Amino acid sequence: MTIMSYRQALHDTLRSEMLRDDNVFLMGEEIGVFEGSYKITAGLLKEFGEKRVRDTPIAEEGFAGAAIGAAMLGLRPVIEMMTINFSMLALDQIINHAAKIYGMFGGQASVPLVIRTPGGGGQQLGATHSQNIELFYAFVPGMKVVAPSTPADAKALMLAAIRDDDPVLFLENLALYNTKGEVPDDDVPAEIGRALVTRPGKDLTLIGYSRMAHVAAEVAASLAESDGLDIEVVDLRSLRPLDRETIVSSVRKTHAAVVLEDDWLTYGIGAEVAASISDGAFDYLDAPVRRVAMAEVPMPYSKTLETAALPSRDDVTAAIRQTLAAVGHRTAPLALGVPQS
Amino acid sequence: MIEIKMPRLSDTMEEGAISTWRKQPGDTVAIGDVLVEIETDKAVMEYEAYQAGTLAEILVAEGSNADIGAPIALLDDGASGPAASVPAGSATTALVERTQPALVRNGGPSTVTPAPAGPASAQPSGGANGDANGSSRQIASPLVRKLVRENHLDLSHVTGSGPGGRIIRADIADLLVGGTPAPAATTAAAPAAAAPAVTVPAEPAAPSDAAAVPAAPEADDVRGTRSVPVSQVRRVIARRLSASARDIPHFYVTAVADAQALMDLRATLNAQLTEAGRAKISVNDLLIRACALALREHPDVNVSYGGDESSVTLIHDRINIGVAVAAESGLIVPVIRDADAKTVTQLGAEAKEMVALASERKLTPAQTSGGTFTISNLGMFGVEHFTAIINPPESAILAVGATTREPTVVGDGLEPRYRLRYTLSVDHRVIDGALAAKFLQTLTSLVEHPWMIIA
Repeated sequence: MTIMSYRQALHDTLRSEMLRDDNVFLMGEEIGVFEGSYKITAGLLKEFGEKRVRDTPIAEEGFAGAAIGAAMLGLRPVIEMMTINFSMLALDQIINHAAKIYGMFGGQASVPLVIRTPGGGGQQLGATHSQNIELFYAFVPGMKVVAPSTPADAKALMLAAIRDDDPVLFLENLALYNTKGEVPDDDVPAEIGRALVTRPGKDLTLIGYSRMAHVAAEVAASLAESDGLDIEVVDLRSLRPLDRETIVSSVRKTHAAVVLEDDWLTYGIGAEVAASISDGAFDYLDAPVRRVAMAEVPMPYSKTLETAALPSRDDVTAAIRQTLAAVGHRTAPLALGVPQS
Repeated sequence: MIEIKMPRLSDTMEEGAISTWRKQPGDTVAIGDVLVEIETDKAVMEYEAYQAGTLAEILVAEGSNADIGAPIALLDDGASGPAASVPAGSATTALVERTQPALVRNGGPSTVTPAPAGPASAQPSGGANGDANGSSRQIASPLVRKLVRENHLDLSHVTGSGPGGRIIRADIADLLVGGTPAPAATTAAAPAAAAPAVTVPAEPAAPSDAAAVPAAPEADDVRGTRSVPVSQVRRVIARRLSASARDIPHFYVTAVADAQALMDLRATLNAQLTEAGRAKISVNDLLIRACALALREHPDVNVSYGGDESSVTLIHDRINIGVAVAAESGLIVPVIRDADAKTVTQLGAEAKEMVALASERKLTPAQTSGGTFTISNLGMFGVEHFTAIINPPESAILAVGATTREPTVVGDGLEPRYRLRYTLSVDHRVIDGALAAKFLQTLTSLVEHPWMIIA
């Protein structure tokens, strides 16, 4: 185990996979000489040379298409979309080509492509650069979408994504790059499509992914301390395939769920999770599933408004308290100390 | 207006309990829609609509019983005129011709009222139709509804403390502690264990909870007694076996078989079955087939007494063997049909499936009826031998004990060998002692020459 940042875990994993497999190469805007807008690829151009770390023009559709072609011919490209907002310029390549080629052409060629890209707001980047549109890709059969929330998962899911034979959208998050955690030294890939119960509990199931899984863990820990609540946290880790089994078995145990997402509420990832709970755990629910998501507005630039638009720890806490109140659970802080005699 | 009546869902059913209404007043009903889930003596079954219309009124609430043929709901097919409402809860009383005027509802948005539109029904909705919007439906969380179904609880006295008066699990915690039959393991959540096991409830809802469980006269402190509701299954076991013990002149014939060859055969077979990747067989599977063969040789055992007034005895050509299963809800006897025409492997697979269905209470009436002979095996509990009560209208039941190694006289010496004891309970009205003895002789011969069982 080594304690390192999410950013460092991504960097080290890309490097070790490039050392392991000569077919792995990187492409993207400003990833070489400039070492990446978020410095994930720092030092890699110098170490591996221009053939394996390629700076591209500002032309997402073009380099996505080039990467798909390379992948069809046996290479394992890892491309960086500077933020997920720019991936929309490559939607046609990703959705109509990467996700379709294997199935449409009878399995003659697979597309082992990884599209790394950070989502998330909170950096005052304005409405067009602060979105969470992973749903676009999670919606599409033929794609896989993973969303690590910890440095350890950043490594394990990156190993899995690079070694997977299907196109994988690898969702990073601007707010997570500097978070730190223990990362195993061994190269053990995660299983794509498997969620994790990161904190077992019995009072309520709190479900999140990416930044909101991180928030979920913090809120659960804080409410355990302040209110003695025993909240189970499920980190989805993979949005497609979605691990309905883990979600449902947790809610069957706790009888209540709050789903967290950084994207918009209407038609969001949380809606799919809530529907899965309804399908698999209807008879186990003691209260309706509640969702916490971003305000339904284009992200404001003003720091105050941006903070207000994003789901906060307080929003999550309030949703938990409301849900627990609906199942008759007193959430007032516990009295400290033992009653006399 | 059409009266929906409590259907007869199994041969032995006399009354049914409403488990869950799947349609509520005002709901549109199409032919084939599931109207209601009804708990019979054997299973919880869905009952479908045979006519289309709008469900007008529920006459028997969830958790209440009604005799076969008693009206349980009214379905408005738009055809006939007025229908009267009967006070809910009195559905088990016979209904006389109703002449009261119709209970006129302001049609809610989903209610189609083809009757001539008077001024009242022409009023815009949204006025005094709170009723149609659900106050007639008791709001409870899905979890509560599931627990009510599984534990046969009555919610009629429970006050909901959740948002909008929703009944939540916390509201039935006391009911679950007091009302759960001991062996009924419900969900993984074990709500009874999660709730504090207090007998003196502190909540204001307590008096009504206490009223929901009828106070038994025996309840007292000296014996630490508490009352649990009698389930449908338990009720039917009590009634049918009392009748059997009372009405049938039982006699009992016990035999002991040398089961060494049977155990050796089973061991050999199972080794080879395992090697072939097939399911293993049990002693019971072999005994089912042995009984079927013995019945084929003695068809006069495979009979039913026709009744005191009858001039005939019923002789069954098909050999359908019931296997007594100790399900959590109580004794249930799934029937393997044409057991004499099936291989031991088939019998084993079928028995295993039936046992699984029994534990989930998913056996259909067809799977629990039509038996001509029953086997009850308590060998797995180490019972040496016992006697069983006949499962009417059958005429015999075989009670099987454990197969154990005992010192056995072989020639002039003693040898440890497997022995198996079983007792046949017989209806003396149709079977005499000599016939019962001959049947056992055949059975013992099969057990001692087990190749004949699978030949």
